[in-house]
Amino acid sequence: MSLLEVDNLHVAYGKSQALFGVSVEVSRGELISLVGRNGVGKSTTMRGIMGLNVPNRGVVRWKGEDISGRDPHLNCRDGIGYIPEDRRIFSDLSVWENLDVARNYNATSTADSNIAKRWNEESVFTLFPELADLRNRKGGVLSGGQQQMLTIARSLMGNPELLLLDEPSEGLAPLVVSRMREGIEQLKEAGLSIVLAEQNLGFVLALSDRVYVLEKGQVKYSGSAEDLKNNIDIQKQYLTV
Amino acid sequence: MFIQLMNSLALGMNLFIIAVGLTLIFGVLRVINFAHGSFFMIGAYVLYSVVKRTGDTALGFWGGIVVAMLVLGFIAWLVERFLLRRLYDKEHLLQLVFTFALVLIVGDLVKIIWGPLQHSISYPPGFGGATDLGISRYPTYMLFLILSGPVIAVSLWLILEKTRWGRIIRAARLDRQMLSALGVNVKAVYSAVFVAGAMLAGLGGALAAPRLAVEPGMDALIIIDCFIVVIVGGLGSLWGSFFGAIILGVATIFGTLIFGEWEIVIVYILMVAVLLWRPWGLLGRIEEDRH
Repeated sequence: MSLLEVDNLHVAYGKSQALFGVSVEVSRGELISLVGRNGVGKSTTMRGIMGLNVPNRGVVRWKGEDISGRDPHLNCRDGIGYIPEDRRIFSDLSVWENLDVARNYNATSTADSNIAKRWNEESVFTLFPELADLRNRKGGVLSGGQQQMLTIARSLMGNPELLLLDEPSEGLAPLVVSRMREGIEQLKEAGLSIVLAEQNLGFVLALSDRVYVLEKGQVKYSGSAEDLKNNIDIQKQYLTV
Repeated sequence: MFIQLMNSLALGMNLFIIAVGLTLIFGVLRVINFAHGSFFMIGAYVLYSVVKRTGDTALGFWGGIVVAMLVLGFIAWLVERFLLRRLYDKEHLLQLVFTFALVLIVGDLVKIIWGPLQHSISYPPGFGGATDLGISRYPTYMLFLILSGPVIAVSLWLILEKTRWGRIIRAARLDRQMLSALGVNVKAVYSAVFVAGAMLAGLGGALAAPRLAVEPGMDALIIIDCFIVVIVGGLGSLWGSFFGAIILGVATIFGTLIFGEWEIVIVYILMVAVLLWRPWGLLGRIEEDRH
């Protein structure tokens, strides 16, 4: 059984339809990527899975259970972590307070899962030591890279089994991007399943098990990272700007 | 002069307790609650009913204040859970119309339940006299009102800054959707904040009852003052409403003393002056786009 199964998902913003039947599957421990140009529906797919936008057709199944359109806080407590593109740090709260707010006393996910790790401040500061020294600093004054680390760390505080990771490399300097890549590799090693949305193809190919190529709200291609690497036609058609 | 200054503070601190509930509700729910004055009025009437039954005893008065807060908490929970909750995603105008409808409904209900006449409540036992402050003697109950303001301000500040509940409320003010995606039941937070805000209005109403006539129409007077306080102080700001309330208290008392019936003009000129200087209020913040 797949951990997450997205079947024929349709999502609209008001009257403008953004997704036209996206289907994606994630197995336990897998890292899959959604790639494609700006505005093809990568973020919308994630928002639809998380319940931030209610799908008007299609089904999201989490461990076999239909969770389409369920309230986001229930999805989070059930083990889905959401890390938005624009990071959405609580700017007036300190780094520690950002983590504390996301601490999930009601998490049900780890009870029956094979993820041994339970996250807390100490373990997220071990993952991102850069944050430890900033714990009393307000979230709003952090650099882009620090905010990106904080938004990942914050989501981990809810002990997710699956992370929806939206464009973690966007707007970051190359050195910080490779730091982020290391962090994501560590998360994968820790047993987390990950859905990654990215424009940076190098980043995607290095990390992913499988890749879905999106265009105009539909999946146009899916296959292993290796296959996509060798398929120059698909890359030209859907990924070059 | 000293007495007038103390009166200003007593009025200001009483206003603060009411206005801070309004500003708390606005800061989190983004709803401008016209019915806040109605909650204040219910608080005063409930205290009157309790004291009428128990007679002028300390237990009757202080217990009545607790009862008033509980009654308002319950009313606010019902209103939020079954009515207001349906309007968060709708346009602001609908929310305004809804809270204004509450004002009219509560206004009539109060007349039906307690009648159209004035009622009065005596000072609680032990608070009827005056206390010698060295410079001058001053009514003990008013002194108590002055002290209640800072106690409540500091308590609220500690809750907001030092507890996890407070951190969640501050986060909800900034980005409720993200908070929800982090596993927090934001609907429950909204409900709790609305209840807490209404309880503060009830507390303010009950505490104000001995210095006012308890009568229909007291809701309309207080809500205007509250709006002035939170606009001058900055919508959503705890300390903004604290200082806004002191400013309004001073402007009202000294305005009356110096300009007589022109006092109200002074208050509005003051408000306009503050808004010209800082359109977002003394301690308010410039609004960013919220998710």
